[in-house]
Amino acid sequence: MVTVGGDSKSGSWHSLREIFRHRELLSLLVRRDLKSRYKDSVLGFVWTLVRPLTQLLIYAIVIGQVLGAARNIPDFAIYVFTGLTVYSLFSEIISGTTASIVGNSGLIKKIYLPREIFPLASVGSAIFNFLIQFVILLVATLVIGKPPLHAETWYLIPSVLLLLVFGTAFGLLLSAVNVYLRDVQYLVEVVLLLLLWASPIVYSWTMVRDALGHSLALDIYTDNPITLAVLGFQKAMWVGGQGVAEYPDLLLMRMGIAFAIGVVLLFVFQRVFSRLQGNFAQVV
Amino acid sequence: MTTNLTENGTATGAGGEAPEVVRVTDVSKRFVIRKDNSLKERLVAFGRGREHREEFWALKDVSITMRAGTTVALIGHNGSGKSTLLKVIGGIIDPTSGSVSRRGRIAALLELGAGFHPDLTGRENVYLNASILGLSREQTEERFDEILSFSGIGDFIDTQVKFYSSGMYVRLAFAVAVHTDPDLLLVDEVLAVGDEAFQRKCLDKIRSFQEEGRTIILVTHNLNQVTELADRAVLLNRGAVVFDGDPGEAVTEFRNILEDRRVVEAEAEAAVQAHKHPGSVAEHGRVIDARVFAVGREPGEPVQPGDDVRIEVTLEHDTGIDDWMCAIQIDNTMGLPVYGTTTARIGADLSRLRARRTVAIVLKDAQFGAGKYFVNASLMDSAGRHLSDMPQACSFDVPYYPLAVGVIHAVPEVVDLSS
Repeated sequence: MVTVGGDSKSGSWHSLREIFRHRELLSLLVRRDLKSRYKDSVLGFVWTLVRPLTQLLIYAIVIGQVLGAARNIPDFAIYVFTGLTVYSLFSEIISGTTASIVGNSGLIKKIYLPREIFPLASVGSAIFNFLIQFVILLVATLVIGKPPLHAETWYLIPSVLLLLVFGTAFGLLLSAVNVYLRDVQYLVEVVLLLLLWASPIVYSWTMVRDALGHSLALDIYTDNPITLAVLGFQKAMWVGGQGVAEYPDLLLMRMGIAFAIGVVLLFVFQRVFSRLQGNFAQVV
Repeated sequence: MTTNLTENGTATGAGGEAPEVVRVTDVSKRFVIRKDNSLKERLVAFGRGREHREEFWALKDVSITMRAGTTVALIGHNGSGKSTLLKVIGGIIDPTSGSVSRRGRIAALLELGAGFHPDLTGRENVYLNASILGLSREQTEERFDEILSFSGIGDFIDTQVKFYSSGMYVRLAFAVAVHTDPDLLLVDEVLAVGDEAFQRKCLDKIRSFQEEGRTIILVTHNLNQVTELADRAVLLNRGAVVFDGDPGEAVTEFRNILEDRRVVEAEAEAAVQAHKHPGSVAEHGRVIDARVFAVGREPGEPVQPGDDVRIEVTLEHDTGIDDWMCAIQIDNTMGLPVYGTTTARIGADLSRLRARRTVAIVLKDAQFGAGKYFVNASLMDSAGRHLSDMPQACSFDVPYYPLAVGVIHAVPEVVDLSS
């Protein structure tokens, strides 16, 4: 016989095994999310691209041309789109996961499943959208004749991993807290808006360095995991910046430390999640 | 977290009893109802949080064990804790204290189609829902045709389920759930859906589950289903087990609780009415007594088929009532109503009721099958509202008849047409 519930007492390893057992369901849930999102719309998945492309257009024209940021940054459109691709992966993970438990209340109230499945399914659909954007970015670099074929392309991998670890960790925490305090989902929207401007996406890291100088403030700014991932991505994808752009020292080591912190957070927040999940069915 | 029952000997206990499938030990569940839900409200109420929460115990020290192959019905009035108990067994909510152990694959029919997504087609939803209930993709593919034919959905399977009628929706969901091959099936009030033909199909499926030795836990308000399907019933009242055993007795016990509650509620309502309209006096009618006997026999003597059964009901009314009727209903021991009539139905023209008086209703040439029968007597107003009820006011027995069973009596005969 197996003791029912009481998941808060069993470890993360147990939770991980449970999730692995339900991996097929996880992929079905991701597909459900993606399929149902644009069902009955004529253009379907094209809509996934409209938002980032519009953002790109706004930033490239307003900030690049009108405010003149493009003068110091070569291939400004590619530069902005690289940053946006990274940022929207993180922002989609966070906003999707935060709403995931509340959004699946029908299932949670009626059937026992490892509840981590729902935030993870949101992460999955965010990854899918990220891949589409990434392909567009790749095509764009080919069109302007500067494909990312150089020695630093592998920076993509630590950047994506860093975002996934932090996104999943905070996603788990926020999805659980949002059940008890619905203010969280509104707070998240605001914070995400701030995060867009807290990383060198539409301006360059060099501008920040020049403003702050080599100080603690610059280190804090740089060690934001989103900033690190954005910088890593730019190093890999923004060929136009090679030789021109400056990057912080020890970028890879900073990424490594951030990744380690992310893994610890993921573990801690998963424990918090399993503590809180016992009451989901009656609160949600 | 795994307790192997065979080690401590209870699993295959002495006497070859079936192994335990579910063991609920001292389970209590407390619900806290918060009255403040936004951040602002919580900050304002911070420090005196106690005032902003209300507690109540949905379950109190419930202990039950269920053995493989049994069908257990959980009964109780609304809010008695039966659905909570089912959810605790299903692992959907954690108990506040106590523990639940169980073995085998579980399928919970707590709400049909809980995992259905309106924008996906029936086919996509079958795969999704089967996966939620624990089937792999290959298993679902194997059973897909069976599921489709059981549901009777036909060509609509490739239509989005938001265009389904509610009956189709439920049929598809039930079809998926029963094809997941569960060892333990939790059923909550879902047998009351679909048309009659489909309900029959569902009940047949439940019966074949019973035959295959699966364990079923059933929550229902249909007391006939309890006596028909279950071999054991657990009666819950205010979160505690008040009866555990034979379904027939449990149903009788439950009727008593319901009657007590109805009386309390009726009194409360009368008090509210009296408060609202201080001028009017609440109605005060009463059934005082009822007796039953066969004409020509002593009261208490068995009633033979063909006797005239005489039921005498004594009633009174404090303020007097012009339009009234006296109603009787006869139930068998399973709680199934087998006969009922009222003085209005018979066409009797009764004068104003005030002082105590007795009305007799005679059932001529009554042909009841063998068994015990209970008579419920009621005083009603002309609109059919119950002013006073006396459930199981009296009873009579019909002697054992070797040639047939059932609630009506008829002499059977065989005619062999081939000779």
